[in-house]
Amino acid sequence: MKPVVLEVRDLVKTFMLDGAPINAVDNVSFQVRSGEFVALVGPSGSGKTTMLSILAALLQPSSGQVYIDGQELSKMGEAQRVKLRRARIGFTFQSNNLIPYLTAQENVEFMLRLNNKLDKVGRLRTEELLARLGLEERLHNLPAQMSGGQQQRVAIARALIHNPAVVLADEPTASLDTERAIQVVQTFAALIHENNRAGIIVTHDLRMCKYVDRVLQMRDGKLVQEYTSRREIDALAKGEH
Amino acid sequence: MKIISLATYLALKEVWRNRGRFLLVSLVIALITLLVLFIAALGEGLANGNRQYVANLDAQLIVFLQKSDNIISSSRLQTNTINTVRRVDGVADAGAIYTSTTQIVSTKTPLKVSLLGAEPGHVGMPPLLAGRAFHTGDSNEVVIDKNVALRSSIKIGDEIEIRSTQGTADEFFYLRVVGLTDGQSYFFQPTIFVAPATWEKVRPQSASELQDATPYPNIIAVRLQDPKQIEVMKNHLMAQVSNIEVADIPTTINAIPGYSAQQGTVQTQGFFTLLIGILVIGGFFQIQILQKVPQIGVLKAIGSSNAVVGAAAVIQIVVVTAIGVAIGGGITYLFSLGFPPTIPLVFNGTSSLLAVVALLLIGPVGGLVSIIYAVRIEPLKALRLQ
Repeated sequence: MKPVVLEVRDLVKTFMLDGAPINAVDNVSFQVRSGEFVALVGPSGSGKTTMLSILAALLQPSSGQVYIDGQELSKMGEAQRVKLRRARIGFTFQSNNLIPYLTAQENVEFMLRLNNKLDKVGRLRTEELLARLGLEERLHNLPAQMSGGQQQRVAIARALIHNPAVVLADEPTASLDTERAIQVVQTFAALIHENNRAGIIVTHDLRMCKYVDRVLQMRDGKLVQEYTSRREIDALAKGEH
Repeated sequence: MKIISLATYLALKEVWRNRGRFLLVSLVIALITLLVLFIAALGEGLANGNRQYVANLDAQLIVFLQKSDNIISSSRLQTNTINTVRRVDGVADAGAIYTSTTQIVSTKTPLKVSLLGAEPGHVGMPPLLAGRAFHTGDSNEVVIDKNVALRSSIKIGDEIEIRSTQGTADEFFYLRVVGLTDGQSYFFQPTIFVAPATWEKVRPQSASELQDATPYPNIIAVRLQDPKQIEVMKNHLMAQVSNIEVADIPTTINAIPGYSAQQGTVQTQGFFTLLIGILVIGGFFQIQILQKVPQIGVLKAIGSSNAVVGAAAVIQIVVVTAIGVAIGGGITYLFSLGFPPTIPLVFNGTSSLLAVVALLLIGPVGGLVSIIYAVRIEPLKALRLQ
């Protein structure tokens, strides 16, 4: 059994809406082990993005705990949270993902710069990773010179290059056509497994669940269903649930 | 160190990859620089034209006739006052100065000049660049300042003709040029120096003044044995010499009619130009930061600290401003080479440096709001959560 990298215990996040409390995340608990790729699915407003924001140390929960590599997020100060995001978390976002004035290679290397790890080996790893993602011809292209799919692949490389414990992806396929979306998620899954990272992808596109190991379904802030068997997950991906 | 290196990397990459856009802002700053430096040079030039002779005097105090309000043209001292002043303890030297204006008519176009009477070897007679001082008495010799030479073809050895109105008639006098001094503008005019007796003979005079051939000095410039004792000696002189008032050089300059008002106007223009610069730069960077909110959110979400984001914004503003000021300074320098000496533009090191420092500061000051805004952007903006 692989070690638990990410653990969520009794997590609650309450927002005030017109003076009334709303639980965007309502008493959610789960674990993700290294090398495991988990999808967080649910309709719009189900609390997926709020959950992801808390996991990313961008938002403080109202109660409950989140542990990344055994460190509890709520006990950290802002500086520690910034350091954690820089060193132990990898991100891809739905859009505005890359720094527009940095080339593909510079965008990926920026994570190494941030972590003070940009050396010859780091540069070589960056080139290899981008080549692995089919971007060897695009190293010196700016984001505006690449397609949406290529940009997402650069973002995936950036999320993985510094060997984070957890990789979080917020709707990375939302702006892509189906073919490119599948390519991106497939590549993402392969790299998560190869590099033994814990990966969480937030998606509303159930077809993408075909490439993950486990699916957590949220509704109204609650974790309402967990799909763990391949058969169940494939059925969900085909829209049979 | 790491913060500065990361911030510099981000700032310079963005400027370089968007160099067209940033160059446009730099060019706007260059134009503001051009304007500010010209206003500073104009201020200096106008001030120089007004005060150059007085400011260059090797003296610490100026003696005026009592109740003349430190205005040179209102002061007319007795002839024996100079000897009384020279005898006062603590006075190293004193020189009587006689002021008037005249017109050189032997040039292609008549040239209006300040006609100053001074005593060779005493305070008030500026050092010579070439030639010799005029002989005292009615020698009909003249020393011209560099500005006269620049505006005409007059040189040492030439004879110049001047025209002065005396009584109701125009009188013409011939003077031999024997020496050349550095720029000594007074009352916006280049200057010629003559001996007191010559001055009295050739200056414009009313009919009543023509009855008396005695030259009365307007002021006396006083060099002190101890230049630090200005206040003490001022009081001492007023106690020892009757019917006078004494002022230091800055007071004398400020009392030159129109000087303060003119400098105030020029400084106000310079201030408002800088203010416009602050607003232009502030507006540009604020719009830019607003466009970059998601991007800054991403930077913070992936682990860039507020310090890196803030420092990058500051460095970017400083770089763009510095490029603009450098371009503007270069253009100003090129322009300055082509200006004729008649235009009162003086690119003095101190005032130009002050203007450049002020221009370099308007960037960070103008961009302050955008820098604060950038630092306050939440990393959550990188996600869709509001």
